[in-house]
Formats: sequence, structure tokens, C-alpha cells
Amino acid sequence: MQNRISLPALIVLAIIAIALPLIPYQLHVSTYVVQMFMQAVTYAIAVLGMVVVLGYTGQINLAQAAFFGLGAYGVALGTVSGGINFWISLALGVGAATVAGLALGLTTLRLGGHYLAMITISFQQIFDLILVNWVEVTHGPDGIAGIGRPSLFGWELADDKAYLLLCTIVLYLLVFAVWYLPSTRLGRAMRSVRENELAAEVVGVHTLRTKVIAFALSALLGAIGGALYAGGFAYISPDNFNFARSVEFLTATLLGGAQSPFGGVIGTVLIVQLPEWLKHLPESLRFIKDVYLAVYGLGVILIMVFLYEGIWGLIKNLRAKFVKSQAKTDVSGVQPLVLDVQGSGDSALLRLENLQKHFGGLKAVDGIDIDVQRGTVHALIGPNGSGKTTSLNVVSGIYRPTGGKVILDGEDVSQLKPHQRAGRGVGRTFQNIRLFASLSALENVMVGAQRDNNPIPKGDKALRDRAMSALHFVGMADRAHVIVRNLPYGHQRLVEIARVLAGHPKLLLLDEPAAGLNQTEKMEFVELLKRLRGHGLTIFLIDHDMGLVEKVSDRITVLNFGRKIAEGAPAEVLRNPDVIAAYLGTAGETNAAA
Amino acid sequence: MQFITENLQILFTGLGLGSIYALVALGFVLIIRATNVVNFAQGDFAMLGGYAMVLFFTGLGWPYWIAFIGALLAMAVFGVLFNYGVYYPLRHRSFLPVLISTLGASIFLQNTVLYVAGPQPKPLDKLLNFDGITLGGVFLDSQYIVILVATVALVFFTFLFFEKTLLGKKLQATSQDKDMARLLGIPVALMIAITFIYSAVLGGIAGVLVGPILFVSIGMGSIIALKAFAATIIGGFGDVKGAIVGGLLLGVIESLAAQHISVPYKDAYAFLALFLFLLFRPQGIFGEKVSEKA
Repeated sequence: MQNRISLPALIVLAIIAIALPLIPYQLHVSTYVVQMFMQAVTYAIAVLGMVVVLGYTGQINLAQAAFFGLGAYGVALGTVSGGINFWISLALGVGAATVAGLALGLTTLRLGGHYLAMITISFQQIFDLILVNWVEVTHGPDGIAGIGRPSLFGWELADDKAYLLLCTIVLYLLVFAVWYLPSTRLGRAMRSVRENELAAEVVGVHTLRTKVIAFALSALLGAIGGALYAGGFAYISPDNFNFARSVEFLTATLLGGAQSPFGGVIGTVLIVQLPEWLKHLPESLRFIKDVYLAVYGLGVILIMVFLYEGIWGLIKNLRAKFVKSQAKTDVSGVQPLVLDVQGSGDSALLRLENLQKHFGGLKAVDGIDIDVQRGTVHALIGPNGSGKTTSLNVVSGIYRPTGGKVILDGEDVSQLKPHQRAGRGVGRTFQNIRLFASLSALENVMVGAQRDNNPIPKGDKALRDRAMSALHFVGMADRAHVIVRNLPYGHQRLVEIARVLAGHPKLLLLDEPAAGLNQTEKMEFVELLKRLRGHGLTIFLIDHDMGLVEKVSDRITVLNFGRKIAEGAPAEVLRNPDVIAAYLGTAGETNAAA
Repeated sequence: MQFITENLQILFTGLGLGSIYALVALGFVLIIRATNVVNFAQGDFAMLGGYAMVLFFTGLGWPYWIAFIGALLAMAVFGVLFNYGVYYPLRHRSFLPVLISTLGASIFLQNTVLYVAGPQPKPLDKLLNFDGITLGGVFLDSQYIVILVATVALVFFTFLFFEKTLLGKKLQATSQDKDMARLLGIPVALMIAITFIYSAVLGGIAGVLVGPILFVSIGMGSIIALKAFAATIIGGFGDVKGAIVGGLLLGVIESLAAQHISVPYKDAYAFLALFLFLLFRPQGIFGEKVSEKA
């Protein structure tokens, strides 16, 4: 579990966390130092937003300073121009930022990451233009002075130190929330999107919604930071919220380690402190102070090349070297896997009607009809390029069909997105395994278990139990806590199947499941398939290994050039001269010549 | 009549600016196709080209053409450095680290130049030493004419280079399928380095051409790059034809809107156009919808 912290580490963290904010109270420090603390604390809150969107979800946001600014201007305009209470102003600013985040996310996140990068920069630039040019409202480049401070339960927080304490408490609460997030349903969905967006969608994660929520959360955290910043400094102007500040937030996030809130905080402290340290440089190196943004830029490249997980990642990796984690997981209490297969009606579970998929002029699938009967193993075979994987992609929703229908359990699902089909019980594996590489086996399978409409009880415990049962079924329960990247290939295949099984699939789609397995593993795999069929599961699979296909299938469909050329029981199909011709290429011509 | 000449005037200016966007967008697209990554420092290639020209021509007093060739050679060398310093170490990683790395490069370049050359924008002489010609009431600035001619020539040259030469075909093969290209004995790393060089030189030319109009400044690159990128999306992501049409279109939209709506928000119109395209036609004018293969 990535979220388990050992006791000594917890104590150290607690001591640092309590001691650090007390510094301004114990020592007679200058206002300057208090302000630096204020800056670090409010920036850190904005950086937490970057951790959520960049670190957890893998989406870039280059407008965090704009969201920070929305929060700040909310408080400034509310308290100064509007004469409204601090907290209401804060809520308005944060609300505006969240709505802006949602709107940006909804328009852009359907597209790839490049778009997001550019759109967020554009948003940042437009925000800057508005701050400077809309003088009647924003006071233009002069900025706004005399921003109020709040009172809380009758306490006036006018004093710098009291206000700083409030900000610090807010930061701690948010650090805790962000730290807890990865082990929630939403957090797992975010990380699955980061690791492999396509697989996440096919497994049942509403990837667009997940990304939009992450983006909006990031905007929200940015705005909270900004609102507190405005109260802390009592004066703001547009150059606090320009692109350079967004770059600072990004650099802080990457430097500290984007995947942890602790990393984010460390990075922020360093970035805020950096100009201070540069002041103490010897005369000959003093010029660095003038080019500190250039130093950031260079730093960003160096971090990407040498320190991708940031300082926190470095600490974690060092710790992993010295502290041996338990490789085996206790499996004594694991319940056997229940696969509820409702056999309602006797029509085919999956029906493909005149299914077509064209890519430009290429007719990859050219009008095929297939009925997959309930409780059977149905194999789809054919030479390379015959349209097998394309068909499977159309069934799981990765491609929309050019024509024809995909009917699941009597319902036309042709136009549904992959995660909606997963929510109706379509599960699949991939030819080239697509797991969430940096998540544990258990977490991978839990993502599978959290699909919509999965008939299991609510709550995290049920998800975990379900995932453990699925891992147990494929014989991987004792490796539940291993990061899947570190598992051998054959085991990764099993985890991928467990991930599907945890979601109670009605229909299991397997794309060359035996590819890359050795003979022993193949035998074990055949046994697994037979057990699954014994549970009444309907399986539709592609494979090249005819021995395997013949052993496990009830029915075989053969494709060639996107069309069905034969269908029936294995023995009969595999002896069909057309099929032999399609595979060997010459048989038909030889016959004709003879 | 007044209305028509006024708008023709704006159209001309818009096409001139649009050509610059198109050139930078072309550089974008070439790198996107070769490496699958958006180069965030693309606009800074133009900025560097402009400063190189200022250094050689204004600073060192070289003759215009010698300075121009010097600037392009400097950009070619820079392209090599950029390739090996920013892209190459990350070539096996996903797009996000590379994208962030190019962003870091952009920040680094701008602030280094800021430190060396100072914040004052630098003027640059026009290529031709006459102001322009008046044609039917429309004043055609000589530098805009140069820009338009140069863009047409460069686009034509790029087309010939990629379609008709063996090197160009190797570059195309590399951008379509690196593994296959490697199996066929094409030195993929070298091809990508060449793409960066070509793209840096294109950016440099854009910078030298636009310098006399916008002045050579630290921020010129990022604003051009944002619009060039908007142009690549409007034209169709990764599409060469789209980059050029998108660039020209954006230049015209921007000039018309600045004239008829409001000047201070001039830079916002391009983004507004971009938002509208993302909402209603995210694949752009020439783009096709593509989805990831399983």
C-alpha cells in the first residue's frame, strides 16, 4: 500500500509539522520572515492542486497562477470593492475558479495532453490581459490594496501570526486530504488514468469525468491558496498571478515530487527560499539571482532527466532500498470468488449484426454476423490482418462501428463508450498487457471492481474483498501488494484477468491471452479458462494457438479480410478447406490447379 | 470604397502576420510528426533567430545577407544542441516529461537572453530599403511583401524536400514508424536531429522576418508560439497543410477583430477562435478523428 506510513516516520513528520509553524511564535522574527512563511504556506496549497492534477492524474495545468489569482481577486474585490464578509468573498472566488476549471476541463480534456497544455497557457494569458486591461473592475496594473482579514468564531485574525496559524491549519488539513485521496475510489480512478488511460476507460473508469474532477479540484485548491494569500498580504497586483508564477508552481511540484503532497510542500518551501539563499551567494555568483527564472527552467529539464519523481520520490526509493517490505500477503481470510452469471433468456448474450468498421478505404471489418451463446467459449480466429482485434475493439467500444450493431443481452450498445459497456458487464484484456504499472496488483484489481453497477456491497472494504477474491482465483492473492511493474510477464497476465473478474463480467473478451506464455503457463491458462467456463461465464476470445483454441472453445468463427469465412464446432471448422486455405494461402490454388 | 480598401489593408497585414504563425506552426508540426511531442520552445526559436540577427547585423555590423546566413547557421547549431540537451535524454519516456522539458527550455532561453541582452526590445532593419508600395489605395509594406514571398518559397521548398528527396522520405518514414524505419537501416536518432535543425532554422527565419515589424523581444517567441499552436489545432493537429492554412486564417481573424472590436485584447481573439474550434470541430479543418489503437 502506498499510503501506509510507518510509526517512526509518522512521529518525525508530526514533530516537523508542529515545530515548523511555531518558529514565528517562539523567536522574535521580523515581519519579513512571517511573510515568507505566509507565502510558502499559501503557495503550498496551490501546489497541492498541482499534485492532484499532474501527480495523480497525469494531466498538465499551466494556469495554476490564474486559479490562484481568481481566489485572490475574489477576496480582494469582495472585501474592498464589495464590502462583503471575507469568508463569503473567499467562497465566491473559489467557486469562480472551480467553475472555470470545470469549463476548461470539459472543453479540453476530451483531447490529448498537448491541447491541455496550450489551452491552460492561453487561459493564463487571457486572465492576465483581463487583470491588466479591465481597469474599472480589477484596478488594472495598480492592483488592490487594503484587503481585509477574517474573523473566526469571534476571533479577529488581524494579527499576522494568528492569521498565519489559520493558513497553516488549512494547509495541514488539505495535505491530509490530498494524501488520503489516492486510496479512495476517485483517487484510484485518477491514478489509473495517469498510468493507462485506454485501459482505465475499458475497465470501467469514466476517464473524462475523472480528469475533469481532477482539474476542477486543482483549480479549487489553487483558489483557496490565492484567497488566503490575498488576506495575508493585504495587497495584490496582476504580476502576482502571471505565467511566471504558474511556472513556479509547476517547478515546485516537480522538484518536490508530483506524486505526493509532502513532495509538493517540500518543493514549495525550496522554491520560496531559493531567492533568499541566492542573496548569500559570493559576489562573483551574484548574477544567478538575476536569472533565477532561467535557473528554474534549467532545473525543470534536469529534474525531468535525472529526478523524475522529485525529492520525495528520491526519499521513497532510498527508503525502499533499506526497508524490506513484505513481499507475501496473508491470504488466510480471502473468500472464494463468486461469479454471478445470470442466465436470463436463451438468446445469444452477444450478437454482432452486419458489423462493419472501415478506416478510410480499408474495410477492416466488412459486415460480419456472430452470435455468442451464453455460457460458452467462442473463439475468433483468422490470419493476421483479418479483422479480429478490430472486431474486439468495436465490441469493447474503443471503436465505433461504421455500420451494423453490437447487441449485448438484448440491448444495442453500439454507440456506448467503453466505460459504459464495462458498466453493463463487458470486460476485456489486451494483447499487449495494459495494467496500471505503478499501482499494486490489488489496486489494479480494485479499479476493475469499482466499475458501475458491479453487484457488490458499497464501500472500500467490499471492493478490497472482491479484489482479493479475484486475485485468489487466479492464484495471485499472495502477491497482492506487489507493484505490478515488478511482476513477471505471466503474472501480469493473471492480474489483468483478475482485474476483469473483479468486475463481475457478463462477457469476457480476451485478446490473445496466451501470447507470450510458455508451455507450462499455457497449460495453466487452459485450466483457468475451463474453470471460468465451469462458472458459467461467457468468453469471446482471439488467439493464434490452434491447439489452445481447439481445447477450450465450444464454437469457432474464422475471419479473413474482414469477412466471416467459416463457423462451427472446432473439429469441423479447423478441417474446413477454406480455413486451411486462408491460413496456408496455397491450398485453394493447389486444388484449382489439380 | 473606403470600407473595402480599409479591410483589404487589414487583410494584407493579417496575411503577413499569419505567414509568421504559419512558419512557426510548420516547425511545430514537423517536430510533432517526428517525435509525437509539442515543442514548447518553438516560439523561442524565432526569438533566438531574431536576436542572432540583431547581434550579427546591428551589433557586429555584418552585411545584411552575411548576418542572415550567420543567424541561420547559428540556429542550425542550436537545433542540434536542443535535440541532444532537451529531447534526446527523454526520448523513451511518455510525452509529458518531454513536453515539460521543452517548457523548461523555453523558460531557460527567455531568461538567459533577458539577462544577456536586457529587457529593451531591439529594432531590426527591413530587408528592402523602401517602405512599400501603394496599390489601389492599399499600402503594401515592403517587409510584409518579403514575409509573404518568403513563406510561399519556404512552404514550397519544404514540400519538395519532403516529397522529392531521399532524405525527406527517410524523415517521413521516421515520423510514421520509427521501429520499421530502424529495421530498414534509417538512422532514426539522426533523422530526428535533422528535424530539430530544420525546425530551428524555420523558426529562426520567422524571427528575422518578423523582427522589423514587431521588434525583437524576449516575449515575441511565446506569443507567436501560442498562436502558431492555435493554428495547428485549427488547421488539424499534425497536418502540414492545416498548419499553414490555420496560421494564415488566424492572422486575418486577429487583424480584423483588432480593427473592428478592440485593440487591447488583440491577443485574446486567437484563443477565442481556438476555444470555438475545440468546442465545435476539435479535429480542425483538415484533421481526422483518430483514436488510440489497442
